[in-house]
Amino acid sequence: MATPNHLGNHDHRSKELPQVLVLEPPPIMKFYGDQFLNDFQLLKAWESPLPLDQFLSIHAQSVKALLTPGRYPLTRNILQLIPSLQLVVTTSAGLNHIDLPEFQRRGIAIASAGDVYSEDVADMAVGLLINVLRKISAADRYVRKGLWDTKAEFPLGSKLCSKRVGIVGLGSIGQEVAKRLQAFGCRVMYTSRNKKPFVSYPYYSNVLELAADSDVLIICCGLTEQTRHMINKDVMLALGKEGVVINIGRGAIIDEKELVQCLVQRELAGAGLDVFENEPHVPRELLAMDNVVLSPHRAVHTPESLTAMCEHVKGNLEAFFSNKPLLSPVMNI
Amino acid sequence: MDSITVLMTSPMSDYLETQLKDRFNLVKLWTYSSKTDFFKHNSHSIRAVVGNTKIGADAELIDSLPELEIVSSYSVGLDKIDLRKCQEKGIRVTNTPDVLTDDVADVAMGLMLAVTRRVCECDRFVRRGLWPKGDFRLTNKFSGMQVGIVGLGRIGSAIATRAEAFGCPISYYSRSEKPETNYKYFSNIIDLAVNCQILVVACALTEETHHIINCEVIDALGPEGILINIGRGSHIDEPELVSALLEGRLGGAGLDVYENEPEVPEQLFGLENVVLMPHVGSDTVETTDAMADLVIKNLEAHFLKKPLLTPVV
Repeated sequence: MATPNHLGNHDHRSKELPQVLVLEPPPIMKFYGDQFLNDFQLLKAWESPLPLDQFLSIHAQSVKALLTPGRYPLTRNILQLIPSLQLVVTTSAGLNHIDLPEFQRRGIAIASAGDVYSEDVADMAVGLLINVLRKISAADRYVRKGLWDTKAEFPLGSKLCSKRVGIVGLGSIGQEVAKRLQAFGCRVMYTSRNKKPFVSYPYYSNVLELAADSDVLIICCGLTEQTRHMINKDVMLALGKEGVVINIGRGAIIDEKELVQCLVQRELAGAGLDVFENEPHVPRELLAMDNVVLSPHRAVHTPESLTAMCEHVKGNLEAFFSNKPLLSPVMNI
Repeated sequence: MDSITVLMTSPMSDYLETQLKDRFNLVKLWTYSSKTDFFKHNSHSIRAVVGNTKIGADAELIDSLPELEIVSSYSVGLDKIDLRKCQEKGIRVTNTPDVLTDDVADVAMGLMLAVTRRVCECDRFVRRGLWPKGDFRLTNKFSGMQVGIVGLGRIGSAIATRAEAFGCPISYYSRSEKPETNYKYFSNIIDLAVNCQILVVACALTEETHHIINCEVIDALGPEGILINIGRGSHIDEPELVSALLEGRLGGAGLDVYENEPEVPEQLFGLENVVLMPHVGSDTVETTDAMADLVIKNLEAHFLKKPLLTPVV
């Protein structure tokens, strides 16, 4: 009887199936197991007692495909140990864990999450925004503490309709956010690396000017060298004392220390944050504020998105191994 | 017009109070220690009542104010006004429609997102310092959920427009079908509840709609179903709602209104699948000012013998 090992399949099957290296299990595997990849031989590095570099040297020399979660940085050092790598499939919406120039130099293709998560992330962005402006979480706390029947009046919120919403990054997620907020009567504007040709929202070439004309900024872009700390003190001051920041991108796009200071000093009216610079740590000052809404990086975590991601990953791997176009190739790095 | 005496029934807006004081002789009902005391001093001078969702103008009040000409409500809901009596006595009634439609619809959407995506629970999770100990669980996808609306008036329609942008199929139950919309109509509320995942109460409170959400409707909505109420507390059989939530017969609820405000059933406080707000559907700076302005404009129009802006009776 063949025994299962860290190579992921019973020995008698291992020679027939295409190999896929997995350094660390992505969330879809943690929730749903790996049956959806039964057509592949999974090399599960984390299950091996060997240190990573030894494991890769022994088992991964001819591996062509890698499946990776967002939390695992794919650096030059790791790439050197996987010399035959031609494809990485990432389950993360963001690409900041991938050394993109190095991948491009080596000619390794990247299959991203595509727009599998876009609706869920957009829903979270809108949910956070309404929650901040209309103080929904604060209201829930107020009621549960029994304060309604007391002299402590609940403060007024701020109307969402007609708010000028500046979307930072009009990719798939940004466009879903824009579509939703238009239905609420918001005035949508955006900044992006490039102006989008078929989009009617007013375009701003830089985030500072966008902030100056906005009541709300929603961060929907990826984290790159250019966007790191892009939302800095100047941008937040330009947004103004009634301004609200919503972040469903990456924590490091915002200068978090400055954000906290602006909120403490009331240079900003509020914030809704699903991501932080040093997750799972959240600045202590934010934990006591009534005008912020905090979420533990859960924007994509619905069963619907995760099962869709299983199919999407499988689809990309099948395409690669049958020499067909990837479902969601990353271009224009 | 400061010889005209206007009665304000309860504290509802500092801005409105100031505006009324500037224009009229303002009498504040809550500053009197008893009703008898109040009636003794004022009953023959009051020509207008400004009421709200807490205290409107019931039969007793109307009967005790022989000079009453107009009730201008700081609300769109009219359930606290005895409309029949006003009609009999030729007393005009105005309310504040349209100005608050967007805000109330926004709260309905905010509650839907908060319940399905557990936004408040996530916030609590982070604030309690639980994130370093482990990730939060999965939450349900909101986009594409079937939304059923009870009452497709101004507010119901505004909710439908917003939910459509999330790809939610819209169905509704209303006094009459609205053929100009593309939404699916159900002629009875049980069928609506069976065929939706989120049921939103957005109709006016009348004798017919009292407890319109009862045990049968809740069971039809089911253990995965979510109930959102931005109408009036009495639309829902509240004890029935509470036991359904406690027993898991209903999946979740987002409530801005309750049967006996400001009392909220304390059994709900321990539930994670419920979001509770203290009747703040129209409580934004912008809208409360707009509502107050409408109350003032209606009163001025009446006393200047001009057409009322938003008459109901």
